[in-house]
Amino acid sequence: MCDTCGCNLTPGNKHLAFKPAAKGATAVSVLKGLLQKNDDQAGHNREHFDKRGILAINLMSSPGSGKTALLEATLTALKDEFTCAVIEGDLETENDAERIRAKGVQAHQIVTGTACHLDAHLVHDALHHMDLDGVDILFIENVGNLVCPASFDLGQHLNVTLLSVAEGDDKPAKYPVMFRAADAMLLTKTDLLAVLDDFDPAKAEAHLRDLANPAPVMRLSARKDLGMDAWLAWLRDQLAAQRARVAIGQSRRPAIQGDGMKYHSVSA
Amino acid sequence: MHELAVAQALVEQVDAVIDQHRAGSATAIRVRIGPLAGVVPELLATAFPLAAVGSRMEGAELEFVHAPIRVRCQTCGAETEAVMNRLICGACGDWHTQIISGDELLLESVELETIPSLTPES
Repeated sequence: MCDTCGCNLTPGNKHLAFKPAAKGATAVSVLKGLLQKNDDQAGHNREHFDKRGILAINLMSSPGSGKTALLEATLTALKDEFTCAVIEGDLETENDAERIRAKGVQAHQIVTGTACHLDAHLVHDALHHMDLDGVDILFIENVGNLVCPASFDLGQHLNVTLLSVAEGDDKPAKYPVMFRAADAMLLTKTDLLAVLDDFDPAKAEAHLRDLANPAPVMRLSARKDLGMDAWLAWLRDQLAAQRARVAIGQSRRPAIQGDGMKYHSVSA
Repeated sequence: MHELAVAQALVEQVDAVIDQHRAGSATAIRVRIGPLAGVVPELLATAFPLAAVGSRMEGAELEFVHAPIRVRCQTCGAETEAVMNRLICGACGDWHTQIISGDELLLESVELETIPSLTPES
């Protein structure tokens, strides 16, 4: 093997091949997450939530899979039980926030312009426009997009990813970064399964397991009020778990974020 | 799609490293990236010069270290390579695995040009 032209470098050993620094130059090792600033802000947001005992849930999916409809049904079902608040993220319009406010629930719309995802700073700005006192559950409805939102921690405790049966049951295989991040996967619009019989819920779940994700899979139709009880029970359990964590000064990050980091041999 | 936002975060971080070491500029930047980070190296390479315009790293070389996807099986303990949408154990086929490499998005190192007046010849 040749040691001079670089042809023996492979993706596996490339990081070991430090180029000798030129005179007047130094190479410094950093080993910091590229999105550290976002993650720091997300941690700060999480402190806001934990201080008030709020459970924060990030809803992600493709556009049109029923995030807002799910929220409308959920907020109606929980209105006598908990105080909820909603942050809506869209490229344009106040439409979704207005739908939530029509349910008598506090909502703040983030209009991202052209940005394809929410980040921790946008959420932090939104929090300062909201009254968080007495809020039990904060839902953050991310921009409809199965790609970018998965890479940005917002300070939420849980990620919930929706997959409507009008989409393909292989979506988890096609968008692994997104579905790997799910703490729960909701198969929505299940009332349409009768006509959309090429969607196999068992296959969708199998694709999720292929991503090494143990998240519960719930099937529901918010519009037809099918399967909502399991989702509402899951929410109650998660709020109870959040309160138990807060009581002992602990918090929780979504399953994905930060999990991998502790296994990475950053010293390599 | 979101690579410009990532490129801007990279510029901020490198800027902080330049400050921290009282250097003049950065000439090379090495980023370790795994497929599961959700960031495409080629797109980041395109976005970086746009984010770096007018900064102290304009023209710096952006290098990528590609981290392979590896999983550790919680059932049989094997460490195997995996592909992006099949993170199951390569030895026993179980899906109860943990990612040990492949979701990194790390600023690994920066090569800095020092300011001559601050570093007298020795």
